[in-house]
Amino acid sequence: MRPAEFKNPEQEIERFQGRLAVTGGLVLAAFFLLFVRFFWLQVVQHEHYRTRAEENRISLVPVVPNRGLIVDRSGAVLARNYSAYTLEITPGKVADLEAVIDDLASIIDIQPRDRKRFRRLLEESKNFESLPIRTRLTDEEVARFVARRFRFPGVDIKARLFRQYPQGALASHALGYIGRVNDRDLATIEKHNGEDNYRGTEHFGKTGLEQKYEFELHGQTGFEQIEVDAGGRAVRVLDRTPPLPGNNLALTLDARLQKVAEQAFGDRRGALVAIEPSTGGILALVSMPGYDPNLFVDGIGLADWEALNTSEDKPMVNRALNGAYPPGSTFKPFMALAALELGKRTPQQSIADPGYFNFGGHTFMDDKKGGHGMVDMYKSIVQSCNTYYFVLANDMGIDAISNFMRQLGFGQRTGIDIEGESEGVLPSPEWKKKRFRKPEQQKWYAGETISIGIGQGYNAYTPIQLAQATAAIANDGVMFRPHLVKYVENIKTGERRAIEPEPMRILPFKPANIEVIKQAMVGVNKEGTGARAFAGAEYLAAGKTGTAQVYSLRGGSYQRDKVKERLRDHALFIAFAPADAPRIALAVLVENGGFGAQSAAPIARQVFDYWLLGKQPQSVAPFDEEAVEDE
Amino acid sequence: MSDFVFNPRDWLHRLAAPVDPVTFGLLAILLAYAGLLLVSASPERLNNQFINLAVALVVMRIAAQVSPQRLMHLALPLYVAGILLLVAVALFGDISKGARRWLNIGFMRIQPSEIMKIAVPLMLAWYFQKHEAMLRARDWLAAALILLLPVGLIVRQPDLGTAILVFAAGFFVIFLAGLSWKVLATLFVGGLASLPLAWSLLHDYQRQRILTLIDPEADPLGRGFHIIQSTIAVGSGGILGKGWGSGTQTHLEFLPERHTDFIFAVLAEEFGLLGAGFLLVLYALIIGRGLMIAGNAPTLFSRLLAGSITLIFFTYAFVNMGMVSGILPVVGVPLPFVSYGGTALVTLFAGVGILMSIHKHRMLVQK
Repeated sequence: MRPAEFKNPEQEIERFQGRLAVTGGLVLAAFFLLFVRFFWLQVVQHEHYRTRAEENRISLVPVVPNRGLIVDRSGAVLARNYSAYTLEITPGKVADLEAVIDDLASIIDIQPRDRKRFRRLLEESKNFESLPIRTRLTDEEVARFVARRFRFPGVDIKARLFRQYPQGALASHALGYIGRVNDRDLATIEKHNGEDNYRGTEHFGKTGLEQKYEFELHGQTGFEQIEVDAGGRAVRVLDRTPPLPGNNLALTLDARLQKVAEQAFGDRRGALVAIEPSTGGILALVSMPGYDPNLFVDGIGLADWEALNTSEDKPMVNRALNGAYPPGSTFKPFMALAALELGKRTPQQSIADPGYFNFGGHTFMDDKKGGHGMVDMYKSIVQSCNTYYFVLANDMGIDAISNFMRQLGFGQRTGIDIEGESEGVLPSPEWKKKRFRKPEQQKWYAGETISIGIGQGYNAYTPIQLAQATAAIANDGVMFRPHLVKYVENIKTGERRAIEPEPMRILPFKPANIEVIKQAMVGVNKEGTGARAFAGAEYLAAGKTGTAQVYSLRGGSYQRDKVKERLRDHALFIAFAPADAPRIALAVLVENGGFGAQSAAPIARQVFDYWLLGKQPQSVAPFDEEAVEDE
Repeated sequence: MSDFVFNPRDWLHRLAAPVDPVTFGLLAILLAYAGLLLVSASPERLNNQFINLAVALVVMRIAAQVSPQRLMHLALPLYVAGILLLVAVALFGDISKGARRWLNIGFMRIQPSEIMKIAVPLMLAWYFQKHEAMLRARDWLAAALILLLPVGLIVRQPDLGTAILVFAAGFFVIFLAGLSWKVLATLFVGGLASLPLAWSLLHDYQRQRILTLIDPEADPLGRGFHIIQSTIAVGSGGILGKGWGSGTQTHLEFLPERHTDFIFAVLAEEFGLLGAGFLLVLYALIIGRGLMIAGNAPTLFSRLLAGSITLIFFTYAFVNMGMVSGILPVVGVPLPFVSYGGTALVTLFAGVGILMSIHKHRMLVQK
């Protein structure tokens, strides 16, 4: 101890204790400050931070609903979903994605397009969602991966639902296909305010029924509330709102009939539309060749895509709706009906046919050299006499023809429940004015009317328009809007929403006049151009053959074998049966098929035989309801 | 006679003799609280922490045994050794996480800056005791030098957290020794004025921490992540907390360092304002007890040392809770007696032991 005289302990201790008191006060003040801070965070701002903590831990994950099925009129499945194995990576659990994918590629085939798709999904998703790197693994690939699973943490095999069209290319143009959602689809979804419902949905209907009924088929997306940790890993499911599956579509189309019709075409190109006249329901919608819609489901490969798009056969074009062809002689019954309705002809009125018609210095030829002799209306249809219609068209004039034909739906979209219809061309002076630029081209020449009378010239109609008009005759002038879907079924409630037959118009034709046309069309198949195709039919079928020029021969006579296949005439046939109570009306077109009687009418015969008698054509493999396209 | 017979009760009595029951009782409550938190934050570390605690208690018991007089003799050698070790670290230290803090001495790695938390106040208290009667300006300057030399070395490592604690420990000694208010005010103003200079001397990462404190949302997934997630944890706890083991921020790993520097966030999330208030009260009582011991200490040396040690506890607690609740920048300062980890615990209990020794020796002198 130091000597006491140098210091004053009392005073010193007092001063020290003063300092201690100050520090004690400071300590309390500091703790009070902390307490105020805690109070601010935990009481005043509690709600804000509570919400943020919840946002941290809870993530909403969409659960995509099962897409509705598409079945034919008797329940045969045309589009369904099947479960397949996919190889999936959860990015949140993988450190070096590229390295892992490279490693995976050594045991499982991973194409550049798989990687591309994966990268795109990666940008769109959260990192705790597992994303497919390869879809539709084979059993062998599954086995190969499973044996090496330990090497790949964060990589799993999962079962996902895929769209499948079990009948392959059958009715492909009616069904359409789904594909990955693209920007245009997103815009459509936005227009329908469906962004929430489409969270997590990867596919969208691109064409056909899949497109038109997309919002029926899709269903209601469910949600899972998932608790996630800081690394984005799912910890547990807190809550689940199950998805509601999409509605099923039941079609008016008959898959068996469709198959008969498609096979009747063989490898020829063309289209066929068969309608139930009393409802407008489409029984068969054929456009040949078709394509396999299964190719599109998972993103079509470049090679397949190029093959489909560069093929001369244009398999992606729906000829039944989008192709516009001159109707040729199938136009004649409608011309005859016009003549009766407009009082330009009576059924008995005859002309003498020399085999040609001269007008304005131009000679219009009949097919038959020397002509058909005396021709009345019945004979004009049964034997398909051109001269009769040259004269008739000239007598009627273009305005009367186009005004009449417009009532039958020619040159207008039918309004069938899939997209992609073209209007075709119903020629008229107004149409020509709009169509052409130069004044001399805009003028309608009276000579042009004459070819119109036999379905040539500017006439261009889609097969479905032709079928619709035929059905209208068959149904005595009551015209229905053609449609593919019979009813929409809600699987959950079992409720079926029928698509009611919708009479577009009731044509004010005299029943007697319609009867004349029907009788003449029956005559075609009994004793006329269709007789050979319908020899021995056990029902009464009404029809009309047609041949549409593809290539103008400029005077020379048409010799089928000497013209290149692609320049040959299109063969057409319209028909309905049974004639007295029609259950089916159709239009057939065989591209470059030559004479309608030869190539188109036999197709109609097979379709009718099947539909009315249940006769399976011998060359056609029976329809297999369990058919599954080999994946 | 009884010296030769092993009597457990007597043995226990002797073992507990230098232990202050009030301080120890308060600490026991705090340690139990800490155990509860560790079980929630990181139960697998509980056993390790028991071992750390056992070592720390042994250190405390030994320190409690050493009389203040003997401590005075230790002051200079400990300080000199500490400085030499810091220099050695600067020259040969191991680098971990970008800082040179550890010295590898063959069988173990030591962190000399930790020693300075005790050695600096000890040295300063010894210095003031020695020059008790005649404190002149040069003595204050010498004290400043004693303080700033190790602080400078630690800042250079860089280890801002430890530097702040060492500086605080030394500063408290100087303050309690009676540095005039005038000088204090001058220093304060001077300090404020030299802030821009200090700013320019800081490392980039240190500057970032301060900027992050001001605006953590500027980089919510990077530098701001710690502070954002810990304030969310604290704020979402509310008044009563989410319940023990039910903190979502804690258990879903949003909280970084949840068993060490950020364990207070676990407490605030699971036990709410009530639990945090309880912790503040506990700390206030422990600090109050320490200041009482300082106030009753017989010599200037023991007064200064006890006061300074007590205020280190406060500094730890304040800096840590301030950082976790987002009012101070993130520096590596653990929550005293609560955070997982052996080093800080041993240092803190060494301090507790010294406090107890000083408390015990108050009697002897007053008699």
